[in-house]
Formats: sequence, structure tokens, C-alpha cells
Amino acid sequence: MTQVVHTPITARAPEQAGAGFGGITTQHGTPPVPPDGPDYAAIHDSPQFAALRRRFRRFVFPMAALFFGWYLTYVLLAAYAHDFMSHRLFGLVTVGLVLGVLQFVSTIAITAAYVRFARRNLDPAVEELRAGAGVTDR
Amino acid sequence: MTMISAQSGQVGSPLLNLAVFAGFVAITLYVVYRVSHRNTSTADYYAAGSTFTGSQNGVALTGDYLSAASFLGIAGAIAVHGYDGFLYSIGFLVAWLVALLLVAELVRNTGRFTMGDVLAYRMRQRPVRAAAATSTLVISFFYMLAQMAGAGGLVALLLDVHGKGGQALVICVVGLIMIFYVLVGGMKGTTWVQIIKATLLVLCVVLMTVFLLGKFGFSVSALLDEAAANNAKGEAVLVPGVQYGKTAITQLDFVSLSLALILGAAALPHVLMRFYTVPNAKQARRSVVWAIGCMAVFYLATLVIGYGASALVGSDRILSSTGKENSAAPLLAFEIGGTLLLGIVAAVAFATILAVVAGLTLTASASFAHDVYANIFRGGKADPRSEVKVARRTAVVVGVLAMIGGILANGQNVAFLVALAFAFAASANLSTLLYSLFWKRFNTTGTLWGMYCGLGSCLLLVFLSPVVSGAPTSIFASVDFHLFPLTNPGIVSIPISFLAGYLGTVLSKDQPDEALQKEMAVRALTGIGQ
Repeated sequence: MTQVVHTPITARAPEQAGAGFGGITTQHGTPPVPPDGPDYAAIHDSPQFAALRRRFRRFVFPMAALFFGWYLTYVLLAAYAHDFMSHRLFGLVTVGLVLGVLQFVSTIAITAAYVRFARRNLDPAVEELRAGAGVTDR
Repeated sequence: MTMISAQSGQVGSPLLNLAVFAGFVAITLYVVYRVSHRNTSTADYYAAGSTFTGSQNGVALTGDYLSAASFLGIAGAIAVHGYDGFLYSIGFLVAWLVALLLVAELVRNTGRFTMGDVLAYRMRQRPVRAAAATSTLVISFFYMLAQMAGAGGLVALLLDVHGKGGQALVICVVGLIMIFYVLVGGMKGTTWVQIIKATLLVLCVVLMTVFLLGKFGFSVSALLDEAAANNAKGEAVLVPGVQYGKTAITQLDFVSLSLALILGAAALPHVLMRFYTVPNAKQARRSVVWAIGCMAVFYLATLVIGYGASALVGSDRILSSTGKENSAAPLLAFEIGGTLLLGIVAAVAFATILAVVAGLTLTASASFAHDVYANIFRGGKADPRSEVKVARRTAVVVGVLAMIGGILANGQNVAFLVALAFAFAASANLSTLLYSLFWKRFNTTGTLWGMYCGLGSCLLLVFLSPVVSGAPTSIFASVDFHLFPLTNPGIVSIPISFLAGYLGTVLSKDQPDEALQKEMAVRALTGIGQ
């Protein structure tokens, strides 16, 4: 079985109670952060956060555009370029089959690339910001 | 015991099929009972206390996602239509990149139990939660209908129950077991059911694939050669176009379907809810990575199984059997492994329906209890115990509705219904989720416009499509009021929802809450305060 991880539930400022999650708190532990909760506006406006967000978006937006475009190309080829997709490469294996399998390959490659990128470039920055806000390792 | 006759299409031994299935139910019920001794808090019931690891949740995601339509439907479509069936698998798999890059981690960090948590974070609670609950219920219901409708056909094939009454009885038994999983197990029990089912399913298809490849001397070309030789369509099954290439309308329909598949997966409420069962964003990322790994293996294996069924069973025999396309995988199992393998494949297919419906019921009940009851009726001040009580009662109601719907929809085309559920998810949820995670100016009006216009246009277009009327395969085949030519509305309704979300935001005087916007932005990326 899994180990039980009690996630601390942050207390909110009174005027915000109910705004985020309906104010439902569980019986799990007490918050380790100040009673007002972390100062989100300050974190948001800090250069570290801006850098993290820029790095994240600069990776995921182009990557999303890339796989979406590649998938759409493939779909349009399958729908409208019948002769091209029927071209035999070797034996009975057609261009269509190879492109289809390449969609699998590209999906796995993009997954691996993102995991590597996140581990190297996002996770350390997130830990730093969390430490700065008084939230320790989960 | 073993009988096989080409006329009735009945293969194998119903008794053995039933025994293997009963074995699965017995094991899962025991596991559900063992793991769920404590299910009183909302966090336990909805999110299993967020105690699952990324790898466990990844396998469970696989279980939630690979419905009977994926297994029997895609293998059958490949066996009969060839390449066009493969196009489904690709859409289903690539769709997970949306979840990986844009959705999973951010949703984990900003929500707790439901999709409504994320969408309502910085918006006005009541209207947005009502919209989120509406779309969750509609999508889950369509998806569930597809599963239950599939159960009827499967029963006919595997247990040799041909009367509508007998099939209805089996659908009810499936429904009751499923309700039991959800009531007793909550999210934790349901997750374990998904894990067991996904493991069995993936193992089963991998073994069949290895065996098939071995039979053809590990030569893909030999397998394809034999598949084309035994298919009525001949070598056309090796290229796209058999099913979708007939006219300009079917080609456009295919593009529409592909869009719905790739954009819908990451917006399915029961998939989103899975991300809350892990403790943090890193584990949510790991979940998706595991899910992509398991599913890549699974969909590649179905390609081999589909062509293998065409090669060894032949398209004519598949189409003349009771379950038509859906019986390709079971017939192939019988061909290569005899009664025992057929029994196992049959049980796995049943288990698949059971587990997926359980996941959907849990999601629908959570959305009603958390978004509607706790946050709209009780203004966010509901007692967790009464909230869980409401969730359990909703689960029973949803389960009974699913049984009735399944009996009524028995015999409807399963793949259609599943593709429609994806179109609903892509139209109603994806635009608002992405805007709310990435667009600072997005506001309550935009959220409502995006969700209701997407959902509404989708419902309207389906109602006016050949799915409902005007074609031999329609629900009301005898009347014709169809105005919209495509069976999948995605290509129209998805852009409508993105546009409506944008226009609603730009045109309204709603001021977004800047403090909450900053809070959400910080939380989404870092998980601080979560």
C-alpha cells in the first residue's frame, strides 16, 4: 500500500474563505504557514516567479503547437492524400502505417523531453519559490 | 462444453466466461472491502486522501480511459475496416500530450476534488460551479450510456443471452456491482478496481500480440499480407479511406472526429478527477507519463490484434457473428487460445465496462455533492459528513439511471456515443480550462459563455445530425429532421466554445478578481498553499 501523505491545507484570510474551495477543510493537520496564508501577490510579482512562468510557457506552448500541428497534418493526409498514404515502402508496409507509428514515437519523445525539461528547469525553481514562501518539501 | 457454430456466432463456453468474470468480481470486491475501512471525510471519498503514487494513478488512468469501446471497438474496427480503425487509436493516445503539457499539473495544484474547483477558483462561485456540474453530468452520462449499451451486446456474444430481457438483467447486475464498488470503496476502492483491470487488460493484449507476431515469424509484412487476403476489402485495409473516404462529408466527419478525440481526452471530468488522487503536481506528471506508456503499448497491440483477427478469423466471419465488429477480439482469442483465453478476454472486457462505469459514477456524484450541494446550496459551509452522504446517495441515483439508460440504449453504436462524449468534453470544458489556467483577463462571463455555448451547440448539432434522425443507423431512423451533415460536431462546436469564451470575456464589464488571479497563477505553477 501507499504511504499516507498529509497535505497541509493552508488557512485563508477570512475575506477569502469560501472563495477558493468552498471553505471545506478536512480533519488533516494544521497549517505550517502564517495564519494569513502565503503572500501570493508578492510571490506573483517576484522576478523568480516571472522567470519560472516564462520558462514553463516557452516550453509547453511551442511543444503543444508542434504536436497539434503534426497530428493535424497526419489527419489531413489520412483524409485527403489517399495516394500518398498508400505508397508502399517495403513489403505491404505503407506510408500511412509508418506515419501512424511515427505519431506514437513522437508522443513518447515529447513526453520524455517534457519530463527531462521539467526535472532540470522547473522543479528546482518551484522548490526555491516554495521554500521562500515557508512551504517545505511535500 | 465447447461449441462453435458459424450461424449463431456463439463461441466458447458461457459457463467458463461467467466463472472467470465472477472470479474478477470476487477479487475486486475483496480488495475494495479491504482498502476502504475509512471513508468518512470528503478527501477520502473523492480523492482517496490523495495517497496514491504517480505510477499507481497512471495505471488507474489507463484503466479509466481504456473503455470497452477502446478494446473491443478499435480491435474490431481494425479487423473489419483496417487502417481507419487505427486512426482512432492515434487520436486517443496523442490526446494525452494535452493533459501532460497543459492540464495535469496545473489542475492538481489548483483544485481539490472536482473540475468545478479549478474553473470557479477566481470566478463567481455559484454560476460557474453550476455550469461545471452541468457539463460534468452531461458528459459522464453520455459516456456511461456508451459503456452500458456496449455491455448488452457483449452479453449477447459471451454469455449467449439473446433475449432483451436477459440482457437487461445482466445490465442490472453490472450496475449493482458497480454501485457497490462506489458506495463501499469511494475513490480508493474504485482506483484499485481500475488498477487491477488495467493490469489484466494490458497483460492480456500484450500476450496475444506476442503470440500473434510469433505465429507470423515476427514479420509484420506477413501478418498484413494474411490480413488483406482474408478481408473482404482486400488490400484497401492497409491504407486509410475504407470507412471515412467514401464522400467529402465522411472525410470532413473524420477530421471533426479527430479534433474531438485529441482535444477531448484532457477535459473529461473523470480523467481530471484522477489527478486529485496523488499528493502533488510531480506525481500528477508521473501519472500521465505512466498512462502514456501503458497506452502506447496497448494501442500498438490492438493494431496487431485487429489485423491478426482479420488474418486468422476473417472479416466475413466477424461480421456474421452476434456482436459484429465488437466480437473480433473475442473470436481471435478463441482462435489462438481456445475456450480458456476466450473466457479471460471476455472477463477482461466485462471488467472494463464495470470499472469505467464505476469511475464515471463516482465523478458524477462528486460533482453533484461538491459543486451543487456543498457550494451552491450550502454556500460552501456543508458538513463534510453530510456532503459524503449526499455523494453516496447521488451515486445510487446515477447508477440506477445508468442501468435504465443502458437498457434503453442497448444496441446503439458504442463508438459513436464515446466519440460524442469526447466532443462534449472538448467543447464545454477544454476552452474554459485553458483560458482559466493561462489567460489573466478571463472572467466569469467568459467562463459561462464558453461552457454553455460549447455544450449547447454540441447538443443542438448532435440533435440535428444523422446520429439522431434521417439515416438507417439513427436513433429515430423512421423520421428525418437532420440539418447538420456530420455525425461528430467537434469541428464546429469546439471553435464556437473558444470564441464564446473570448467574446464573453472581452464584451462583459466583469472585472476579474486580481488578487485571486495572482493567487491562482502562483498556485498553479508552484503548488504553494495547496
